[in-house]
Amino acid sequence: MPRLVSHPDEVKIVSRRFGMGAEKIDRYVELGGYEAAKKCLAQGPEWIIDEIKASGLRGRGGAGFPTGMKWSFVPKQSAKPKYVLVNGDESEPGTCKDHLIFLHDPHAVIEGTIIAGLAIGAKVGFIYLRGEYRYLIEIVEKALADAYERGFLGKNIFGSDTEFQVITQTGAGAYEVGEESALMESLEGKRGIPRIKPPFPAVVGLYGGPTVINNAETIASVPHIIAMGGAAYCAVGSPRNGGTRLFGLSGHIEHPGVYELPMGYNLKKMIYEVGGGVRGGRKLKAVVPGGSSTPVLLPEEIENLGMDFDQVGKAGSMLGSGGVVVIDDQTCIVEFALRTISFYAHESCGWCIPCREGTDWLKKSLTRFHAGFGAASDIENIQYLAENMLGRTFCPLGDAAAMPTIAFVKKFRKEFEDHLNGKPCPYAREGVPQLTVV
Amino acid sequence: MNSEQMTLFSPRLAARFDALVQKYPVKRSALIPMLLYAQDEIGYLSDAVIAEVADRIGITGLEVRNVATYYSMLRFKPAGKYNIQVCTNISCMLRGAYEVYERFQEELGIGHKGVTADGIFSLEEVECIGACCWAPAIQVNYDFHDELNPDHVPGILSGYRGKARDEGSR
Repeated sequence: MPRLVSHPDEVKIVSRRFGMGAEKIDRYVELGGYEAAKKCLAQGPEWIIDEIKASGLRGRGGAGFPTGMKWSFVPKQSAKPKYVLVNGDESEPGTCKDHLIFLHDPHAVIEGTIIAGLAIGAKVGFIYLRGEYRYLIEIVEKALADAYERGFLGKNIFGSDTEFQVITQTGAGAYEVGEESALMESLEGKRGIPRIKPPFPAVVGLYGGPTVINNAETIASVPHIIAMGGAAYCAVGSPRNGGTRLFGLSGHIEHPGVYELPMGYNLKKMIYEVGGGVRGGRKLKAVVPGGSSTPVLLPEEIENLGMDFDQVGKAGSMLGSGGVVVIDDQTCIVEFALRTISFYAHESCGWCIPCREGTDWLKKSLTRFHAGFGAASDIENIQYLAENMLGRTFCPLGDAAAMPTIAFVKKFRKEFEDHLNGKPCPYAREGVPQLTVV
Repeated sequence: MNSEQMTLFSPRLAARFDALVQKYPVKRSALIPMLLYAQDEIGYLSDAVIAEVADRIGITGLEVRNVATYYSMLRFKPAGKYNIQVCTNISCMLRGAYEVYERFQEELGIGHKGVTADGIFSLEEVECIGACCWAPAIQVNYDFHDELNPDHVPGILSGYRGKARDEGSR
């Protein structure tokens, strides 16, 4: 069972009901649940969208697109049915926040889905969870059944003449399906390959209808925003970055866990105070700030770094999914880069050649390089190959593989050069098995 | 097809599939859940499973295979009764996932995608399973086990061996 953690600096909004039995509908209602949906039903779509815009909420899946704006793009009139799609295909290495939301507060996701549906005028919402999260799908399905029984979902929600249905869907193992257009393909019973954009999902999405796709954490934030008011939520965060974020601290950290902190919280403080520092009192070598696709940062780069979309972007990386992976000074960065690229090579759907071939060749080059059989020219080749993948694919998976690779080579060039002496990895510790590749 | 007809699946699962094809705006949306639930019951996607699922959805077997081969959790040959999936992605790797994986290999005498001779266990090195803050983590079928070290491995295995025995004697 995932362990819950806490720290005095936390501002618990989305995680406020974690560990309080809110997966049970009675408890959820007792804790103020479904009041936000009722309020939205009374206030109407324009008011909802204005509140979400005022909250400064930005997409928690990683792209950071303003949620209120996304909702406002959906046409009011549509010949085809509109849909809300909740992305719970959480698969970015370093990220396990949605896991806790589904486990502890499934009704918050359902309530957020209802509100999104009211905002865009949809009658159906889908909650898509990765196939590995079977026990969480069961929790969500129980919560849905309870919400239907109470009349919170169905033909006449909360006794009104408004209809809203929510359907769960399971994936079956695919990182790529976390990309919004691939997610729609998968939900339509197809291979999860991305669609070319435009048209964007807000215009042509699921089953060809206008569709809003939001990350599970984004959707779970919505009822809280309605309850506390958009402006109050916004004020918790940093400029242009409203509210809080569930940050996942993992890797070589003393107290790993998911912590809810205000947007803009200092990364150094997050590691050393919230997370208790590097495990075993070791030195920090590097940190991956927002899931494995985000470029690595050096200790000197995190001194004054506030964790929000704009500040991390300015530092040359991305806030991504909020998965902070801490790396200590006894780690081989080439090995870490290899494990990172192996993942993307495994998960590339093969649709776009730069990604399919690029990830595979990066993995081959790094495998050879890490084993000590690299040539000096490999360093340039790895860099060149990765740079040529950028922006040349339908979806961001190619970039997600290329960006961290470029940063590893650029920031740890010496470690790459140290692998050129013809021996196996000079950083390998005794007793650590040679890296195999999935 | 409805559950009155010949089916490979238990009456409960067949009834579930009858409901599943009605659940979505488009029937084909039931395909991926159906394949996964069928695999949970039968053990893998046999030719017969693929044929029946295709029939229930109203598409060809080839179309089913085209989709099924995309998803890493779907398999076309039997795994062990308990499929051990060891995550070795970055967050787990940094906290000793390879040592855990190696211990499973030693204890079971099998490698990646191997199945033990008694059919009780299979082993797989997998990508991130969404338990990064509780690393290293594994899944045995759908059950998570987290914050592991290699010394937990024998206990986990004997637990599932016991379960297999109990189910066998029932």
